Amino acid sequence: MADTDLLAIEDLAVHFPVGGGMFSQPQMLRAVDGVSLRIRPGESLGLVGESGCGKSTLALSILGLVDPTRGRVVVDGTAVGTDTDRLAVARTVQMVFQDPYASLNPRQTVRRTLAAPLRLHGITNSGEVADRVAEMLRQVGLRPDQADLYPHEFSGGQRQRIGIARALILKPKLVICDEPVSALDVSIRAQIINLLLELQAEMGLSYLMISHDLGVVEHMSDKVAVMYLGRIVETGGWREIFERPRHPYTRALIAAIPDPLTRALGREKAHGEVPSPLNPPPGCTFNPRCPHAIDKCRASPPVLSPIEEGHLVSCWRAEELSTVRA
Amino acid sequence: MKIQANLAIGGGLTALALFVGVFGPWLAHTDPIMDANLMNAELSPSAEFWFGTDQQGRDIWSRVMYGAQISLTVGIGSQLINTAIGTTLGVTAGYWGGWWDDFVNGLTNLMLAIPSLIFALAIMAILGPGLTSLMIALGLTNWSYTCRISRAQALAVRTQGYVQAARVLGYGDVRIMFTQILPNTLGPIIVIATLGMGGTILAEAALSFLGLGVRPPAPSWGSMLSDARETITTAPWLSLFPGLAIFITVLGLNLLGDGLRDVLDPQSRSRR
Repeated sequence: MADTDLLAIEDLAVHFPVGGGMFSQPQMLRAVDGVSLRIRPGESLGLVGESGCGKSTLALSILGLVDPTRGRVVVDGTAVGTDTDRLAVARTVQMVFQDPYASLNPRQTVRRTLAAPLRLHGITNSGEVADRVAEMLRQVGLRPDQADLYPHEFSGGQRQRIGIARALILKPKLVICDEPVSALDVSIRAQIINLLLELQAEMGLSYLMISHDLGVVEHMSDKVAVMYLGRIVETGGWREIFERPRHPYTRALIAAIPDPLTRALGREKAHGEVPSPLNPPPGCTFNPRCPHAIDKCRASPPVLSPIEEGHLVSCWRAEELSTVRA
Repeated sequence: MKIQANLAIGGGLTALALFVGVFGPWLAHTDPIMDANLMNAELSPSAEFWFGTDQQGRDIWSRVMYGAQISLTVGIGSQLINTAIGTTLGVTAGYWGGWWDDFVNGLTNLMLAIPSLIFALAIMAILGPGLTSLMIALGLTNWSYTCRISRAQALAVRTQGYVQAARVLGYGDVRIMFTQILPNTLGPIIVIATLGMGGTILAEAALSFLGLGVRPPAPSWGSMLSDARETITTAPWLSLFPGLAIFITVLGLNLLGDGLRDVLDPQSRSRR
């Protein structure tokens, strides 16, 4: 691992036993199955995939809330797991949640929501706590005098600002944004995205942007990783991913961005549903939905391998497909 | 507006009940036990006997005043024990899940399957009669509803984003339960606790009737009510007044609980 990486995920696998009773063996759910990712300080990585592809499990293992079955997660030089000092992890990695209506305790004022973590982390001087709460509120675009209001007295966008303030109050280095705008009105989304970008510049943050929506990731990421059924199928700089996507799944996701003018990829859709991760198809896990699948895809799984500098694809036909304009 | 009415009426009635509980002996006209006079048996309410007299000619007003002590102590005391047990088991079971949840569920099912009065009887048989053992017996046998409800609430609350956020911020399990889960399960728990108080006051009557609670001549609302059953058609005041006392107390506690729940919930408070 390079010393400069803030987050290094190496061959991470998280498997959960599912079902199973007194007489039956539990099945293994391979939520994350061999993922490697790196984020450098100040960098944003967009992680894209449909629901159920393992994005959330990946986030939980970075936060040290789930133990890896295989591989490891190294955050700022420390390997994290459920036995790691939670307070230390909390000061390095924080999270912005999807639903601003469910992610704020309705019985706590904003001040309590922001001050309690500070106190928990050893800042007991009440003057300093009040100053940091006021400063944080200002940074996320709220007025310090709104600190004594309850969550229900704010709009959705304001609530998400509070959620962001809570994630940043401990001055973390890495912030996992789990669909930070998908629950918001379209008119508010740009504001929140811009706020996240401003805060990144101001505080030198790294982001892991989790989204099913490539349109959001496009605005926020230096690098993009596309995840499908627990594996990374394509990763690279955002320019490579958006301008020269190689994996049929990435192409389908980009084709799904509603944009009438610029997308040249046409109607390359992924048909059907995501297969159950309990029983993934043999070969390439995308083959049942892939318009370009050949026999080889159904026989053996492709490996994530470089197709150009910093651009990795896991597809047997990546070379040929780069020229196909479907 | 509604909140204030609930709180004011509930608080007033509860205060009245507590006042009677504390100062009952001074409000009574006669000794509730010694002043029996068969010449005065079953007199209807009058200027001399405000609530009438019972079969032994004792002044019902005085007995209701004295009875408040026992009934309120048992009612409030056992409900406190019930709520403490039920909430602790329910919240931890809902939050932690796993084998502990299975264990608590089994225990709750067991408690629901055995009639609580029979169970209380068994406990009383071990502890012996008396006010304290009565409180413990009723406190150990009526927590299953509180437990069920608080477990369901905890299950619903633990998946909320703010509980995950607390975990991400480094909160420990106990701190999460106290600061995030418990405040958001409090509403229904308060309602159940106050609703259950009427039940425990009546259960005390049943146990007293069986000779395991408060010994017969000592007055409690419940025992007065059960003594009055035979004369309910001929001398209804015997059951009416202790019944009213229980009714007013339970109504007051329920309204108070309702009002408290509203005050504790920031969302029902008006925007400042």
